[in-house]
Amino acid sequence: MHIIIYGIINSITLSLISLGFTLVYSISRVPNFAHGALYILSGYLVWLFINKFAGFPYPFAIIAAIGLTAVVGALIYRFILIRIRGMEISEIIATYAIGLAILEGLRWGGLRGGTFTLPTFMAGSVNLFDVSVDYQRLIIVGVGILTFVSLYVFTRYTKIGLALRGIAQDERAAMMLGINSDMTAIVSLAIGSALSGFAAVLLLPLGNIVVETGYNVLIFAIAVCVIGGLGSWGGTIVASFVIGFAQILTEAFISTHYQMVVALLAIIVTLLVKPSGIFGKQKELEERV
Amino acid sequence: MEMMRKERIDRGLKVRTEGLYAISSYREILYLMGPRLLLIVGVLALPFIFELAPYWKRVINIMFVYALLALSFDFLANYVGLVCLGGAFLTGVGGYFSAIYNVYLSFPTYLAIPCATITGAAFCTLCLIPCLPLRGVYFAIVTLMYPLLFTRIIEALDILGGTNGITGVDGFANQYVEHYIIILVVIGFLFAMRRFVNQDIGLVLRGVKDNDQSVRASGIDVTRMKILAVFVASLIGCFGGAYMAHLYMWAGISLFALDFSIIPIASVVIGGGGTLVGALIGSFILVPLSEILRAFGTFRIVIYCIILTGFIVFKSEGLMIFMQRKYHQFERWVKV
Amino acid sequence: MSEEPILSVKGISKSFGGLKALMDVSFDVQRGEVFGIIGPNGSGKTTIINCITGFISTLAGQVYFKGKEITGWKPHKIADAGIARTFQIMRPYYSLPAYKNLIIPLWSPRARKTGGWRGGGKHGDRDTVAVDILEEIGFERDSRVPYKLSSTLPTGYQKRLELARCMALRPEIIFCDEVFSGLSMSEIAGMLPLIEKMRDEGITLIMVEHRLRELFRVATRVMALNFGEKITEGEPSFVIEDKRVREAYLGTEEV
Repeated sequence: MHIIIYGIINSITLSLISLGFTLVYSISRVPNFAHGALYILSGYLVWLFINKFAGFPYPFAIIAAIGLTAVVGALIYRFILIRIRGMEISEIIATYAIGLAILEGLRWGGLRGGTFTLPTFMAGSVNLFDVSVDYQRLIIVGVGILTFVSLYVFTRYTKIGLALRGIAQDERAAMMLGINSDMTAIVSLAIGSALSGFAAVLLLPLGNIVVETGYNVLIFAIAVCVIGGLGSWGGTIVASFVIGFAQILTEAFISTHYQMVVALLAIIVTLLVKPSGIFGKQKELEERV
Repeated sequence: MEMMRKERIDRGLKVRTEGLYAISSYREILYLMGPRLLLIVGVLALPFIFELAPYWKRVINIMFVYALLALSFDFLANYVGLVCLGGAFLTGVGGYFSAIYNVYLSFPTYLAIPCATITGAAFCTLCLIPCLPLRGVYFAIVTLMYPLLFTRIIEALDILGGTNGITGVDGFANQYVEHYIIILVVIGFLFAMRRFVNQDIGLVLRGVKDNDQSVRASGIDVTRMKILAVFVASLIGCFGGAYMAHLYMWAGISLFALDFSIIPIASVVIGGGGTLVGALIGSFILVPLSEILRAFGTFRIVIYCIILTGFIVFKSEGLMIFMQRKYHQFERWVKV
Repeated sequence: MSEEPILSVKGISKSFGGLKALMDVSFDVQRGEVFGIIGPNGSGKTTIINCITGFISTLAGQVYFKGKEITGWKPHKIADAGIARTFQIMRPYYSLPAYKNLIIPLWSPRARKTGGWRGGGKHGDRDTVAVDILEEIGFERDSRVPYKLSSTLPTGYQKRLELARCMALRPEIIFCDEVFSGLSMSEIAGMLPLIEKMRDEGITLIMVEHRLRELFRVATRVMALNFGEKITEGEPSFVIEDKRVREAYLGTEEV
């Protein structure tokens, strides 16, 4: 039982982390390697607001931080990525470099000297089927499911959402219908960064804000997305459950330290067996004639 | 108003040095050999120049290790089309393998290093094989992740010395061996790679970068060629790692540090991609710069990343290409 | 020509998502003939080449080369077996001079096995053979054309370079994907002797073409496709008279 509950929690955690990356890639084909950096940046901003400005209410800090992170994401596209659009490798290097700059910059001036934590939303825990689960984790699961549902509704029933889906499916066709590709890319990067910040705000109260987490988030997000199929939202969710449960199972039966090993093995197995991922389109890898 | 345009023409000296005429007079020979001799002599003399500043001698050794990594990156990215974002993976594997051979298997240094280079390269290639048949993005992703993953795995599982690393690795016989091994290897690899990319097989690799479908249509297994390219590049990187393990007499997680991934990329971009020599020049500039900035801690990385992004975004051609142009051609304004 | 066909294509079908690009296409090609494939844009001409040469996976169907099944083989394996192809969208190796482009096919296992064209495949001075090959197909050595960077070559030369790339392998079949497109009359005049030379050397040519007049000068038999289906096959003069072929190109008369 413990496995099932914590498996679900871990899986939803992973999917929240990875959704931002998948969204950005599926819509604008930009692999945003600054994803982990934006995650930590967001957490740091919340901490700044509530600790440096006396009396700043927590909820406002959260909204402000997520908003700022979204703006940073949009700026990254507007001033840097827009010039190297389409050259995937340059995009990877550039976003990775920016992410590194943010993370190491934070390590040097910001997240230095002392521990940085964010308060949990609700202290205490509850007993679920004989398993002790703290409220924060319950909130995470609840909010996570809510996020998926609202994203689903957003992309199916709102104009902007449909536009984003259209671009995700076929960029050229969408452009011919008058949808501005650059604008959508900016929006998608903003939403993706916001999602990253959103995940940070939910998850960081569980522990300390440490720069290392930024790299871990990047690794897990990429692992989940590669396994689920780069660009497939359904794949991301399914893959996060696969990896989420795999990690919990190894934790239960072998040891806690194997989380990364699981991620690594999962990637290698995926690349060997079905490179395009669980829901990925094989077409993308092969047919380039 | 007169309209002028800029015209670039090969220098007379350059034109005369093509073909047989290259050995017709001392001037031509000097023109061709000059830069190469300057490089070789300069590089060989470095340890003596810095006799006066011992601290910097250690830096020179590391500079040449970075030069190797930059060479490896330049070859893979600009001659084969594979962008390796994880040079640290090569150094980490090379370093740990050498330490294992030396400490656990009691190989002497001069045996451990070659063994580590070759077996380390084989290991790296094996790890990278799954992503070679796929699009270039996957290679970038996987190479980026491997150093990060291996660091965490070693840490978490506490194997191979865990966070303390493998201590008690043998050093080199004396300081001069330390210097000249790496310098000679760098020069050796530089000229070997220049030769390699112009051999028939090197051309096939360059063809893979330009148009891999065409290479396939010529009946060549592109994946096998990529495996070869990765193996060669890994040889270069793993040697650097193995050398470092014996230089520091220690092999630890820091061999997988991000510096070894980022600085080579920045060196190549600044020095001029696709020239092989540019990779060296870039490292000769960046590594001492990095030392000078050491006081700033991890802020250095921020600076490199900004420089790197700037170069990539503004598509600068890099120093080497700029210098080559100046050397071989002259510019003048001509009336239209 | 009562022997077994050199290439036998049976029932190839291919869909791209909802689009049915090829539907149950079958045909045989005899050794030594020049087989044309014609049809309006979007009829699946390039797709059928991609399917046969292994660059695209098929939904259904088989391909037999000299009696052996090669369906589903990887492209380099099919090329190694002796089937070469040109690419409609030409991309020579831009960073290399023209003659170096030929080093790559001359280095391939097949060229080494069969000796390549003019013995260039054998270990030795591939550079010289490459320049000789280019001269043979019309790259003027005196003007140093073979030494020019391939990105600077005009279209006619690039097209011939594509064919040279195929010929360097000493293949048994060459698929020519619209080799006449984009060429001026004089450039075509330079191209036709090359095609005839290949035919005379015994290479089977399968030519996908849009320029029907030029094609019919060399083709022995022609197959017409429309919307992914084969509509007819036979001698050029017969096919061009076929009502369905005319309708495919010109449309029907609807009152």
